[in-house]
Amino acid sequence: MRELEYPFDSEDILKRSKKIKRRLLEERSDFLQKKIAVLGGSTTHDIVRVLEVFLLEQGIQPLFYESEYAQYWQDVMFDEPALAAFGPDLIFIHTSNRNIARFPGMGDTPQQIEDLLTEQYEHFQVMWDKIEKKYHCPVIQNNFEYPFYRILGNREAVDIHGRISFINRLNDKFYEYARTHAHFYINDLNYMASAYGLDRWADPLYWHMYKYAMCLQAIPEFAYNVSHIIKAVFGKNKKALVLDLDNTLWGGIVGDDGVEHLEIGQETPMGQVYAEFQGYVKAQKDIGVLLCVDSKNERDNAIAGLNHPDGTLKPEDFIVIKANWEPKSQNMAEIAQELNILPDSLVFVDDNPAEQEIVESQVAGVSVPRIGSPEQYIRVLDRSGFFEVTQLSEDDRKRNEMYKANLQRQKQAQNFGDYREYLLSLQMRATIRAFEALYMARIAQLSNKSNQFNLTTRRYTQTDIEAFATDARYITRYGKLEDKFGDNGVVSVVIGRQGSMEEIAAYQKREPILTQNSGGEILHLELWLMSCRVLKRDMEYAMMDSVVDACRDRGIGTIIGYYYPTAKNGMVREFYGQMGFEKIAEDDTGVSTWRYVIPKDYQKKNTVIEVAN
Amino acid sequence: MTREEVFEKLNEVFRDVFDDEEITVTDATTADDIEEWDSLEHINLLAAVEQAFGMKFNMGQVVSMKNVGEMADIILSKID
Repeated sequence: MRELEYPFDSEDILKRSKKIKRRLLEERSDFLQKKIAVLGGSTTHDIVRVLEVFLLEQGIQPLFYESEYAQYWQDVMFDEPALAAFGPDLIFIHTSNRNIARFPGMGDTPQQIEDLLTEQYEHFQVMWDKIEKKYHCPVIQNNFEYPFYRILGNREAVDIHGRISFINRLNDKFYEYARTHAHFYINDLNYMASAYGLDRWADPLYWHMYKYAMCLQAIPEFAYNVSHIIKAVFGKNKKALVLDLDNTLWGGIVGDDGVEHLEIGQETPMGQVYAEFQGYVKAQKDIGVLLCVDSKNERDNAIAGLNHPDGTLKPEDFIVIKANWEPKSQNMAEIAQELNILPDSLVFVDDNPAEQEIVESQVAGVSVPRIGSPEQYIRVLDRSGFFEVTQLSEDDRKRNEMYKANLQRQKQAQNFGDYREYLLSLQMRATIRAFEALYMARIAQLSNKSNQFNLTTRRYTQTDIEAFATDARYITRYGKLEDKFGDNGVVSVVIGRQGSMEEIAAYQKREPILTQNSGGEILHLELWLMSCRVLKRDMEYAMMDSVVDACRDRGIGTIIGYYYPTAKNGMVREFYGQMGFEKIAEDDTGVSTWRYVIPKDYQKKNTVIEVAN
Repeated sequence: MTREEVFEKLNEVFRDVFDDEEITVTDATTADDIEEWDSLEHINLLAAVEQAFGMKFNMGQVVSMKNVGEMADIILSKID
């Protein structure tokens, strides 16, 4: 919704959030529902109200728990029953420098200040540790913003007695905790306050009148920033930047002006702006954002422009380059298809408002930021948080290469008459094992991101995934696939629970399974998903073989699969049928149930991938 | 701006903030008269009024304001 896209009118959002919320709820129905506990050290009412509309915009429908005023610590430490009953999917701890109980006194010795630092830090650390033990859910914690006055003036950050010095050291300890705890995220309140302007942000009226940690007008930008972390944790990040060329990546029209007259590089102020923007886009690639081009140009001209000696971006930085005279919306749809991702994972960057309109209206779900004039491009994209980084994995850094290798595979496939022969030529090697520590984060990420090849679309946090790994009732499998073009990383996940026939009805109704028995003669498949980048590679057969092996080891003779239809997973409606299952039920909502009785002489289904266990 | 014009504009703000097109405020209107007007919504209401009239209430005014009539008086004293 235009009103909620950066740059937005904060005062308008504050004033009309109720109406905006109503419209968002009318527009769609496929929300991901999440329970979010907001534990405040100051008033949280308007923060929750505005955070809600930003999350709805991202497709997340939050149910909120709000602590009583400033009870963030007590709620956790004294096991507030209402919080426990709420069972949060995520906890957001909204504290600020107003919650630092004591700052150094001017007469304190270095040792006393050290002790005070430890004391203030441990106040928070015991709470985080408790949350980790009791709630096993992701935590978002604010860091501390600078105070709006400086007793020691410019020495405030230098002298250990200064509050800025103290806050910097305390923040460092928070960051250290975040680096060593996987589901713990820092919301950079300090950055937000400085970007907004500390004097306006810290308007003391709002603290003394209403106990708000910031002025009311700053709340939308603050809540927007928090919403980025939340949607990233729940797998709603964007995946690709699709860029226009003329007047987006350089100044001028390459087809008309010629490469030598483009504005890019250090010669002119405008050239410098575009050079800085190209550098920004290139850095996105290094955090795993896929780069593509969608431009109205002759292809040769587009390539020539990208080879400009003063440009940072080169043709090989892009996975798909669409430079032609087709409508940009059509190119966008094709890019999504070639990358095997949904259009709602794409961000379209074009300086031309007319092209922005066409793409936005013709390609459902694609994000089209109003990027403004060239010197604003970076700020608008950066603040929009499309690619919020919650962790930086090896996979993220290598993603562009993986997608490129995929396109090479597709090209090679066209040269083979026989598909099996093609698959063999890929020299695929898979590792299929029970969940292991190294991959928990990736497995959780996949469970939140996979929409198309996903039989049940159950979303799990990393903590859930770790719990399955140690639960004796569960059979877990992850699959990693490599071939001669490169490593695809972890691409498939199966989770099955050993149980009984009586439980089938509950699975069909998607109800929680209450029985606690540890044995059982059948395996209920709670999750089966695969990344679309390895479609048609027979990886699903290799996974099936591994699951069957695990069942035989436990004396399980029957596997029950479930298909829960969503707007996006139509491609796997008949998946279990293709795997040799027999459909035993289907209700009027489209939920189907499938049975596979493992034959005594089970023949391995995969014959093209070499599998290591 | 006349007092009538101030009230006209205040009506628009109240209707937006409480998402209710039926609201019409008078001199005597207080938080008791509008169901959703509690101490928390009050903050948002004042900010929306400030934005609409391009002025700011100071703390003393926020604390002492008793009804919409007094709000209008403060607004009139701050704008030309």
